[in-house]
Amino acid sequence: MNWRGKALRFCEVTGLPILEPFVRLAAGEDPKEQFIGIAKFVLLPSVAMAAFIGMWSIAASKVVTDSAKLPSPSSTWAAGKQLFAMHTAQREADHARRIEKLGEAKTLMLQAKQAESQSIDASGAEQQTLLANAEVLKSKAVRAANYIPTSAPTFIDQILTSVKTVFFGFALATFIAVPLGVLCGMNPWFNAAMNPFIQLFKPVSPLAWLPLSFIVIMWYYTGSSGDTWFQKSFLISATTVTMCSLWPTLVNTTLGVASVDKDYLNVARVLKLSWSQKLFKIILPASLPLMFAGMRISLGVGWMVLIAADMLAQNPGLGKFVWDEFQNGSSMTYARIAFSVIVIGLIGLFLDRLMICLRNLVSFGNPSPV
Amino acid sequence: MTTLYKTEPSLDAATGAPSPPLPIIEMRGVVKGYGSGLTRTEVLHNINLNIRQGEFLAICGFSGSGKTTFMQLLAGLLLPDKGVILMEGEPITGPAPDRGLVFQNYSLLPWLTVRGNIALSVDSVFASWPKGERRDHVEKFIEMVGLSHAAHRRPHELSGGMRQRTSLARTLAMKPKVLLLDEPLSALDALTRAQLQDEILKIWEEERQTCVMITNDVDEAILVADRIVPLNPGPKASLGPTFAVELDRPRHRTSLNHNPTFKNLRRAVTNYLLAVRKKSRDDEAAQSTAPNIRLPDLKPIDLRASSKAILN
Repeated sequence: MNWRGKALRFCEVTGLPILEPFVRLAAGEDPKEQFIGIAKFVLLPSVAMAAFIGMWSIAASKVVTDSAKLPSPSSTWAAGKQLFAMHTAQREADHARRIEKLGEAKTLMLQAKQAESQSIDASGAEQQTLLANAEVLKSKAVRAANYIPTSAPTFIDQILTSVKTVFFGFALATFIAVPLGVLCGMNPWFNAAMNPFIQLFKPVSPLAWLPLSFIVIMWYYTGSSGDTWFQKSFLISATTVTMCSLWPTLVNTTLGVASVDKDYLNVARVLKLSWSQKLFKIILPASLPLMFAGMRISLGVGWMVLIAADMLAQNPGLGKFVWDEFQNGSSMTYARIAFSVIVIGLIGLFLDRLMICLRNLVSFGNPSPV
Repeated sequence: MTTLYKTEPSLDAATGAPSPPLPIIEMRGVVKGYGSGLTRTEVLHNINLNIRQGEFLAICGFSGSGKTTFMQLLAGLLLPDKGVILMEGEPITGPAPDRGLVFQNYSLLPWLTVRGNIALSVDSVFASWPKGERRDHVEKFIEMVGLSHAAHRRPHELSGGMRQRTSLARTLAMKPKVLLLDEPLSALDALTRAQLQDEILKIWEEERQTCVMITNDVDEAILVADRIVPLNPGPKASLGPTFAVELDRPRHRTSLNHNPTFKNLRRAVTNYLLAVRKKSRDDEAAQSTAPNIRLPDLKPIDLRASSKAILN
């Protein structure tokens, strides 16, 4: 395959038809046709976006209450820039503080070494005191060297926390839902046993699970103190994401496994494949596209729910950021909230594209409609 | 209907002519239907057939006459409701690699390349072979069907003909004792079809393994087969009388067209098939309980006149 074929395949797999006219134009295909493509995928959306921003500006000048007003696009942008600037400033301050602490650790260590070398010459009680002194200085130095800044998490930190949480919860859900779905799809009896639960719990809003998962996590952590693998709040948010992203993956995997082409199964029968060979060589590859379609829905739902759960449970993350800003009530509040809404949307879009890309990679000759 | 079936030329036993080679597959009184109770429909009824070692047998019938059910019974994917199917004297209890089935719709696994599809069957059937030997075996069959240039491609990148070649290579590579072809060419265009017929014929003439092919094309059946057995239309399909194809091999499509034996045989088989279909339809109409509506004998009114009437 030449470079053009590769680039077009890339466009297809990543679900980015927007790039296709540019690739074809670069390859010297009929420019007129490609400009139509560019007009459709680039120009028209840009115009629509500009119209949206215009209407937003007008609305921002109209919607004004005594205490607050709807943020305009420009103030939202400014708030966003400020949030990033705050993040870099915070990072720099933290870095400076760390360097300072590191210097402190070095001097402490030097003092400890000095005390130790003095103790060689000394004797008796004096030696004991010097050595004890050195120990104290050393432990202080270690603490200073391992210093972690305790500043409040910035906007970027909250984004990272949220993304980590959603991926952890989603991974947990996939880990549970895929094997269960495969069992349901392969065994109608197992499916009949599971079906009532799936039908009952699928429509439950995951936020209703939040208090229950809260109790379970609290119970799990009772008695254990100090170092744990995960923070409690992280686990509560993640399990909430798990509870809601379980169902689409489970249902789609079941469907995918149950609807594997009968001819493929006949191939397996003629070849006398063993159960595990049949599972790994026929059933799983054949059901991957539907499985990934389910996982795509799961991740989307999980991301939406995570923001709400963070707001409700005051767990670190973007949801908490939005809620805290709302409670703060500074002049920048609404602009910052508007900016985080856009960021939440962008991350959701990115996650969706990622899943489309993965799904297209496993569905040969049958890419998903975007 | 049941009087029509006839399995072997009964002359053999009577005249003491050299007995035909031993049957590799024997079907005795095979009945297969779907559903139960009132909703049961019998697809195949009282099928008796001997498939001889090393012959090319064509089963010829209309669509919907139970051809695929017939093939799935031979492959062991379905088991008969009554009667037995014996392979080398042993009843068939399920599918096995010694009866290689080429599926009508190719059934290639879309996530594997041509090589991967063939290797899957070789690796599972000849699991005891050393790795290098298996690989060479795969390459040999890729080459046999002329797909060396496309061995790295996936099925969706292949034409219909190439897919069917892959499917054929996958089945041939299992070294089956009996090759079962379930309308292998019916989804292909006429030119590809002719080309693949020639190739199947060529491969069969090299290997001389027992081969059963189901087809709806009489010309195709005469071109490739030693014997043609028509399948009477279902429901309750049974086998018709055997037509032996006494044409010398190798056969060539172009010269056959002018061969009087070929012409006569084609006429005989086609006429038989048309006759049984007519009979089956008449029987069905006679049994039907639906009220017999006599259509009124009307002539359409003049178009111009009626359009005027509407316009007014």
